[in-house]
Amino acid sequence: MKKFLEKAVKWLLTASGFVTSVVILLIIGFLFTEGAGLFREPVVEEGYVLALNRENPVSTLTAAEIKAVFDEDVTNWKDLGGDDMEIVPFRLEDADKYFTQEQLGAQYEHAGAAIASLVASTPGMIAFVPGSMVPEGADLNLIEDKNISAGEVFGGKEWFPTATPAPLFGILPLLAGTLWVSLFAILFALPFGISIAVYMSEVASPKVRNFLKPVIELLNGIPSVVYGFFGLIIIVPLLQQVFGLPVGESGLAGSIVLAIMALPTIVTVAEDAMRNCPRTLREASLALGATKWQTIYKVVIPSSMSGIASGVVLGIGRAVGETMAVLMVTGNAAVIPTSILEPLRTIPATIAAELGEAPAGGAHYQSLFLLGVILFFITFFINMCVEFISSRGRAKNS
Amino acid sequence: MEIIGYSHTFARGQKFAWPEKLMNKRIVLLSFLCALLMQGISYAQRVKGSDTLLPLTQELAEQYLKKEPDAEVIVTGGGSGVGIAALPENTTDIAMASRRIKFSEKMKFAELGLDAEEVVVAYDALAVVVNPSNPVDGLTREQLEAIFRGKITNWKDVGGEDRKIVVYSRETSSGTYEFFKESVLENKNYMSSILSMPATGAIIQSVRQTKGAIGYIGLAYLNPYVKPLAVSYDGGAHYAVPSVETAADGSYPIVRPLYYYYDSRKEDRVSPFISYVLSPEGQESVLEQGFIPVKMEEPGTQEEGTAVESGMKQ
Repeated sequence: MKKFLEKAVKWLLTASGFVTSVVILLIIGFLFTEGAGLFREPVVEEGYVLALNRENPVSTLTAAEIKAVFDEDVTNWKDLGGDDMEIVPFRLEDADKYFTQEQLGAQYEHAGAAIASLVASTPGMIAFVPGSMVPEGADLNLIEDKNISAGEVFGGKEWFPTATPAPLFGILPLLAGTLWVSLFAILFALPFGISIAVYMSEVASPKVRNFLKPVIELLNGIPSVVYGFFGLIIIVPLLQQVFGLPVGESGLAGSIVLAIMALPTIVTVAEDAMRNCPRTLREASLALGATKWQTIYKVVIPSSMSGIASGVVLGIGRAVGETMAVLMVTGNAAVIPTSILEPLRTIPATIAAELGEAPAGGAHYQSLFLLGVILFFITFFINMCVEFISSRGRAKNS
Repeated sequence: MEIIGYSHTFARGQKFAWPEKLMNKRIVLLSFLCALLMQGISYAQRVKGSDTLLPLTQELAEQYLKKEPDAEVIVTGGGSGVGIAALPENTTDIAMASRRIKFSEKMKFAELGLDAEEVVVAYDALAVVVNPSNPVDGLTREQLEAIFRGKITNWKDVGGEDRKIVVYSRETSSGTYEFFKESVLENKNYMSSILSMPATGAIIQSVRQTKGAIGYIGLAYLNPYVKPLAVSYDGGAHYAVPSVETAADGSYPIVRPLYYYYDSRKEDRVSPFISYVLSPEGQESVLEQGFIPVKMEEPGTQEEGTAVESGMKQ
């Protein structure tokens, strides 16, 4: 009977471990397949075409060029390699301006032909219309339809996921924003975290430590939205006054909030590592005549270095993946930051803010999954660092 | 993800207490539904679509049901696009929409031979707000477009102090974002360095504490901590300050009509509820919910509204 029970428990443990691993792998696989779908989406919104006059020599346009044309930032075809001719953008919404209801037909059966003849008679026009509306054999020049390229996504500097006709999915500003805000967060959290850990493990009396440790761990239990509100109401106006900034929502506000959020992790892990420093090492150091302070920084800290480093890296991991607090205080401007006092936009904040309304299966949706994949790689890399550091520490100790 | 649901609530529900009220309404509607299923006499009117119109329509439906205990109204959300798509599938009788029906949707209806009627049930105005310390009182549409597209970056270019303009916008998921882009920017894109905030409340907070700030919020959210700007759509000839009155008489331009669409063949079924919504009593609740009522005697003040209507009816 006992044997049977033992066996059952063993199988149960194996099964639960196996199921968990499979589920995690499935989630990652799902993330990757959805994200990779972005590169199979056309540059111009699916089902639509860009039609040009037959005389127009331009046949390819990048997404950025299309956006510039429809934003009227580029107004002459010669800037795009065509003739010296004014660009006239046409959207379906403009149909009412050019045609009367009779011309379009009662059931809009003439709309396609009417638009086609308009484009054919206006040399500089570029029309953004559904592909099904363009009549067969129309005398028009269609912009070649390409798929979104990896270069445009990974090297793109503009994030305009809802722009029509051609959305822009340049992730550089988001990636730079995430790394930038995390870097500063850890620069703030590191000195504070280590000092608190040293104080708690070496200096503080047991009474103080027993009070302080739960308080610091309490910080972990505060929801991130609350940190976000705190940041928006207190830190943002404060930074604005102190630095005389035109706008308080900035990378700095985000890093400060993230630093506060990363503190408990760093403190708890580092303090545990220091307290686990073997008693024999301390006593040997003190017996050799070292002062308490010399013991701390010559013996205790070096011997628990791997634990401290793990705490720091775990803190970074928390900062990189944090969503809500950052969404509320960094201003979410999708530009590549040049200083920490500027607004920036992070990957998790982008996913949280945009996924709700992105049509499922569309390019925007898939691009958000791709951002998820990138975030996965960042945290995966950080976890590898933790593994590496702690294994090195173990090798040194043994 | 909570913040997204929260922001919708924040953006549309005029009172913070509405989730609880909503529950009561749901219970009321549900019990009516049960009553209907048991009796199987009257025909349920299904209303579906825009989340902007959802709280208002629920309120109206509840009052309508008090007056007409035999009637049946089921209100669900999902977004304007969902509501309009449900109309030809016959899964709704009335589609609520916070935007005009799109050309492509009209084409689809035309293919199916569906003749959709359009009714404007209320208006929703957007106010452009700045910090109260800002001396600028009004801007033209062209100036607003230049500011939100990053072409004008200093207040002194529009008659203010020498101060950098800080532009706040809503997130791309918001209907307000889309409407502002359509109306003020004429479908062009916002600049990339725009600050996007997750909720209307966050925009008010930021504009309140940032001297050079500009942002846009629903009319119902105006409070003394931010200053609304007068807006001109005719190049500076006429400026109008946002208020329920100016929005209702058509002088304030950044106003979006909120629509009901229904199949003209089902007019008999839906007209009692729609005429209740448009009655003085119904329009009173529209005002209470923070929207602008439709003036019965002049449905043609919005020229685009009539154009669409004639276009739809043909």
